[in-house]
Amino acid sequence: MTTVPLIRLEDVGVTFAGRAVLEGIHLELFPGQITTVVGPNGAGKSTLARVILGLLTPTRGQVIRKPGLRMGYVPQRFHVDPTLPLTVQRFLADTREPLPEAMANALHLPPLLNKDLSTLSGGQLQRVLLARALQRRPDMLVLDEPAQGVDMHGQTELYSLIEQVVSELGCSVLMISHDLHWVMSSTSEVICLNGHICCSGPPQTVAGDAEFRQLFGPDAAHYGWFRHDMHHHTECDHSHDSDEVSAP
Amino acid sequence: MSFIFHALLTGVLLAALTGPLGCFVVWRRMAYFGDTLAHAGLLGIALGLMFEIAPFAAIIVVSTAVGLLLSALERQRMLATDTLLGLLAHGTLAAGLVAISLSPQPGVSLEAFLLGDILASGQRDAALAALIAFTALSILARYRRELILVTLSPDLAQVEGVPVRRVQQIFTVLLATVIASAVKVVGVLLVTALLIIPAAAVRPISRTPEKMALNASLLGMLSVCGGLACAWYLDWPAGPAIVLSAVAGFGLLRILPAQQ
Repeated sequence: MTTVPLIRLEDVGVTFAGRAVLEGIHLELFPGQITTVVGPNGAGKSTLARVILGLLTPTRGQVIRKPGLRMGYVPQRFHVDPTLPLTVQRFLADTREPLPEAMANALHLPPLLNKDLSTLSGGQLQRVLLARALQRRPDMLVLDEPAQGVDMHGQTELYSLIEQVVSELGCSVLMISHDLHWVMSSTSEVICLNGHICCSGPPQTVAGDAEFRQLFGPDAAHYGWFRHDMHHHTECDHSHDSDEVSAP
Repeated sequence: MSFIFHALLTGVLLAALTGPLGCFVVWRRMAYFGDTLAHAGLLGIALGLMFEIAPFAAIIVVSTAVGLLLSALERQRMLATDTLLGLLAHGTLAAGLVAISLSPQPGVSLEAFLLGDILASGQRDAALAALIAFTALSILARYRRELILVTLSPDLAQVEGVPVRRVQQIFTVLLATVIASAVKVVGVLLVTALLIIPAAAVRPISRTPEKMALNASLLGMLSVCGGLACAWYLDWPAGPAIVLSAVAGFGLLRILPAQQ
């Protein structure tokens, strides 16, 4: 590939209190790419996001960022104490440029502007945080399970909003998500993580990978599409010693 | 008559500062953190007596050290924050009490440190209070945007380029300094009250962070006036009377808006 990656991780490892949370991570994220990280709980997904964001210095390995790289971040946890009188308008006025009006409307921001941040519902708060992240005009947007605490209807809407807004602004995305529907329909790259990268590549390729199915088989059975598409696989005899990263 | 004037001036100047700073303590849910720094202040006083350092400077040094130690321990994630706070608050309070009892200076009044002795304020105290209030309020105003963002989400702040660690350290030093000065007004035991009660009281009537800070300042100053009036006319102990005035303000501001 001739384009310069926005960020490159070389043999990155993170150890917490003697326990390896991430090891041997090689990763390149390119402009315009939508990458989703999937994996079971405790797989190190948030840790990986924190390394990419520069919030956590890895125990080993190297993180190389394109000079001047600007990140936007929608955090997983964002607690606003009700004693803080801060309106959405004020919170969004904090950063440089407001969003184009059409985009603000698409995010349903206008009716929220005069509300206090602490009174917003989960979905409303996510839209406001997304707006703030986008106002930075980031080269890369990082979202850590943005649909958590958002109801089903809101989730679908949120995902389609992210897709729409991101394609308009042309930034690349790294998202941690459990939503396999999003993974299969909107993602250009999937990284399946379980302490190490089990497999990565376009969703169709990854879905065929034995380790991915092993990790997501029971989980994915909740989604209709998975049963339909994947019921031909019978068993997994994959062992972690023979990791093969499928070609992107 | 001049002693009550100096007391009033010292108290009002410091309350002007504890209001806005207290807002941050409330927003960041750090009431117990403030308490811990105040308790550590008693150890500061004791060490100051031992080594003949001015109590004010000694409190700032010890409280800041405890605040920074706490942040360092928090990052280790060995114990929950409230457990750490309990350890440090009571550990330093106990150490301070022992150290004061061993103090070679006779006639040291523990009560003055525990409950404050604002009525003993002189011209120098008032001048010092003015200097601290001006400096600390300027710093707070300068960093308010960063402080609010760090309050909301340290991670988001860091991604947006805020030097989170430094902002938090500035806040710890500010808090230690304000506690060191406010110990004179209401004492180690009640100093947190002067931070959080005015801030909590004015929340229902404040629509922006700045207005809440300003209102907390005003209520703090009123409480000092009310408390000193009770001390002057009714012979109440000044420190607790100031805190009670603030509590009364809290009650009024909860009842009044509800009646409209």
